[in-house]
Amino acid sequence: MRYRIVQHGESRSFPTDDAFLRGASDDGDVVIYLGATLRPDDSKTAVLVELGTECLGVHTGEKAGEEGSNVLGFARYRNGTDDPSALIELVRQPRTPDPAIAAARALFEAAGFTVVVSADQAGRIIDRLVRPKYNAALRFLDEGLATAQAIDMTCKLGLGYRDGPIERIERGGLTHHYDVTQALFETYGTPAYAPARRAVVAKLRAR
Amino acid sequence: MSKEIGTVAVCGAGGTMGAGIAIIAARAGFTTICYDIAQAGLQRAEQQSAAFFARSVERGKMAAAEKDAVLARMKSTTRLDDLAMADLVIEAVFEDLSVKRPLFGTLNAICPPHAIFASNTSTLSITEIAAGSGRDNKVIGLHFCLPAQLMKLVEISPGVNTSNETLASAWAWCERAGQLPVKTQDKPGFILNALLVPFNNDCIRAVEAGVATPKDIDTAIKVGLGYKMGPLELIDLVGLDTQVRLCEAFYPITLDPRAATPPLLRRMVAAGRLGRKSGHGFYAYQGNAMFGA
Repeated sequence: MRYRIVQHGESRSFPTDDAFLRGASDDGDVVIYLGATLRPDDSKTAVLVELGTECLGVHTGEKAGEEGSNVLGFARYRNGTDDPSALIELVRQPRTPDPAIAAARALFEAAGFTVVVSADQAGRIIDRLVRPKYNAALRFLDEGLATAQAIDMTCKLGLGYRDGPIERIERGGLTHHYDVTQALFETYGTPAYAPARRAVVAKLRAR
Repeated sequence: MSKEIGTVAVCGAGGTMGAGIAIIAARAGFTTICYDIAQAGLQRAEQQSAAFFARSVERGKMAAAEKDAVLARMKSTTRLDDLAMADLVIEAVFEDLSVKRPLFGTLNAICPPHAIFASNTSTLSITEIAAGSGRDNKVIGLHFCLPAQLMKLVEISPGVNTSNETLASAWAWCERAGQLPVKTQDKPGFILNALLVPFNNDCIRAVEAGVATPKDIDTAIKVGLGYKMGPLELIDLVGLDTQVRLCEAFYPITLDPRAATPPLLRRMVAAGRLGRKSGHGFYAYQGNAMFGA
C-alpha cells in the first residue's frame, strides 16, 4: 500500500532513517502526519496523525460522542529513550469508518508492525495500564517495601517480565515517566496517575 | 537456638501450592512431611508428585534412583501430631486468618521449640498470623509462586516480632532448596500481588470502558512490554473468582481504589465466566485450547 508522509521535526515512532520512512511515496491512499499540522482530506481512505500524550480529539475536535472520520491517531509504543517497539497503537473515534481502520492496519502490518486498536483515551492502552503500576513500584521503593533490585527480580522471576519496573523506568527516563503520568493525571484526575515523587524530582532537576 | 533444618512439614500439601512446595523440599534433600486434613487430596498430590518426578527422569533432569529417593523422603499424613519432628513448617492452607492462626497455635504445642513456622500467604499479614502462635519470633512469610515446583522466586517477609535469626535461617533454607529469595516488608500483597492485583483490575476496567478488546490489550502488553502472557489471559488462567477473592482481601486493608473489585469482574463471575476452568472468561476455551476472543 502506497503512503505519503508529511513530517515536521523528529518522530518518536519513526526516528531518522527508519525503514518505514524510506518506504513512503510522493502520493498514496493514506497520508501520515508526523509532527506536521493535520490537513484533513476526505479523498483519502485514511489520514493518520502521530500522537504524543494527547488525544486524537485535540487534532480533530469532538462532537458529543459522534466524532469520527477518516482521520486516525497512532503511536509506535516506546518506553522513553528506548528504541521504538514493534507495536503500533492505532486510535479510533466512535464513528471512525471501518475501511479507514482496515487501511491503517493493513499499511502498518505490511511494514512488519503488530497493530492494536484503542479508543481515543489518554495513554491509549499501554501507558494507561502500566504507568500506575510504575508509580506504585516507585512508591514501594520510597516506602521501603523492598529494594529496587528485589522489586525488579520479583517481577522478572514471579511474573515473567522481560525487565523489572524500576529498571525500565530508569532506562526509559524518569522525566519521560513524569511527562506521561502528568498528562494522564491532568486528563483522568485520579491519584494513581499522579507522577511519583522520584519522577517529580527528576523533572525538577532536568529544568 | 538455631538448628539446621533437616525436616520440613508442609500443611495443605493436598492442594496445588502445598504439593509444589513439598516437591521443592523433597527434591532438595529434606525429609518432607506432607500434611492435609483430606486424605483424598494427599493421594492426588502423591500421584502428581510421582508423575512430576517421572517426567524429570524422562527429560534427563534426574536419575531414576534419585527419583525413588526423593519420593521416599515424602511422607503423607492427616495427623498433625506427625509434625512433631519438623524443623520448618510451611503452611499453604486456606487463605483465611481464622484458619492459619489457630493452625500455628496448635502446632506450637506439637513442634519443637526451635521450629520455624512459615506462611505462604499472599495477602494476609505475617504479624497477624504470628499473633497467638506462641512463637511469633519464629514466624515468617515464605510466599512461593505458582507453580511452586517450577518457579524459583520466594518472597520472604518477616513480621514485626520475627527475629533476625529466623530470617537468616529461612533465607538460607530457601537457597539450599534452590530457590531465589527476595526480602519484603510485611505489607499487603508483598511485592508481587501488590503490583499485580491492581494492574489486573485496571486491565479489566479498560475492557469495561471500551478502551480496547481483551485480545488487543493482551497483544499490546505482550508486544510492547515483552510480557510472556497478557493480563487478561493470566486472569483467565488464575480464575476470575480468584481475582475477586484477591480484591476482597486487598481492598479493605489498603483502601486503594485500584484494588476494589471491578464491576465487570463481579458480573462475569455471577455469569459463571470464571476463566479457563469454566471454559469461558475474557476468552472462550475448548479443552485447553483457546478458540477466539
